[in-house]
Amino acid sequence: MTGAPDAVDRRLINALQGGFPVVPRPFAAVAEALGLDEDDVIGRIARLVEAGILSRFGPMLDAERLGGAVCLCALAVPPERFDVVAAMLADMPAVAHNYERRHALNMWFVLATETPQGIEAAARAVEAATGLAVARFPKEREYFIGMRVEA
Amino acid sequence: MADDTDRRLLAAVQAGLPLVREPYRAVAERLGLDKADVMARLERLLASGAVRRIGAVPNHYRLGLVHNGMTVWDVADAEVDRLGAAVGALDFVTHCYRRPRALPLWPYNLFAMVHGRTEGEIDDKRSVIACLLGDDCRTSDMLPSTRILKKTGLRIGA
Repeated sequence: MTGAPDAVDRRLINALQGGFPVVPRPFAAVAEALGLDEDDVIGRIARLVEAGILSRFGPMLDAERLGGAVCLCALAVPPERFDVVAAMLADMPAVAHNYERRHALNMWFVLATETPQGIEAAARAVEAATGLAVARFPKEREYFIGMRVEA
Repeated sequence: MADDTDRRLLAAVQAGLPLVREPYRAVAERLGLDKADVMARLERLLASGAVRRIGAVPNHYRLGLVHNGMTVWDVADAEVDRLGAAVGALDFVTHCYRRPRALPLWPYNLFAMVHGRTEGEIDDKRSVIACLLGDDCRTSDMLPSTRILKKTGLRIGA
């Protein structure tokens, strides 16, 4: 088995990006809607998670509605220091994601903290650790967030 | 707002639902709760938006979507909500936000994320957004990601 998703897997992935039902036998409900077998659906999801094609199968949480906070931030890191700074951020629990991007602001990361006040403290900790100014881009309004990926 | 039992429930399922015929019963048994209570709590958390949805989180890279571009746009503050809603409604845009400018370096107030299998695909998607915004956009850029340095996702404590 190569682990590559087949046509049925892709149909399943696309269908499962919507809402998974909160009913006693949710996989049976999904299977019925797609003309598949309940145990086959469960087996396929398990295999897709195992193969890493799905990062996860379950609830997606909204940090802010749970009392926490998130903030997109960016740094302009001198190229010769890039890997060292990336390693520093990798060790900081408040840093949820970090991406290198092609721009003068070349490191983009998301701070996620248990409280709104935690964001400023985390941003200052990054500044103290790196000696670089953290550009803060808090969300002012969200127009869409989803994962509409065509598998 | 989530109570302590909600937080215990979310902490138990945030890494994934059990892949069994009756996942909510399995979670309830693990936490010493009633199955109906677990389901009612999840319904309530979904209704309040604390849980955005339950479902599959695809790994973009493993699905071949190895290119992602953060497209950023400078539009009039008076128009940003109308334009943001229109950009967010495009079926290929996965996140769309209004964020503050950081002048003079950063004039952009509208952010939209696009993904693609090739660099050409994200360029094309950027062009579609540019067409939609037309003269309402003063200046724009796209920051392709070149490396994932860290990705842990959200974690809440129990």
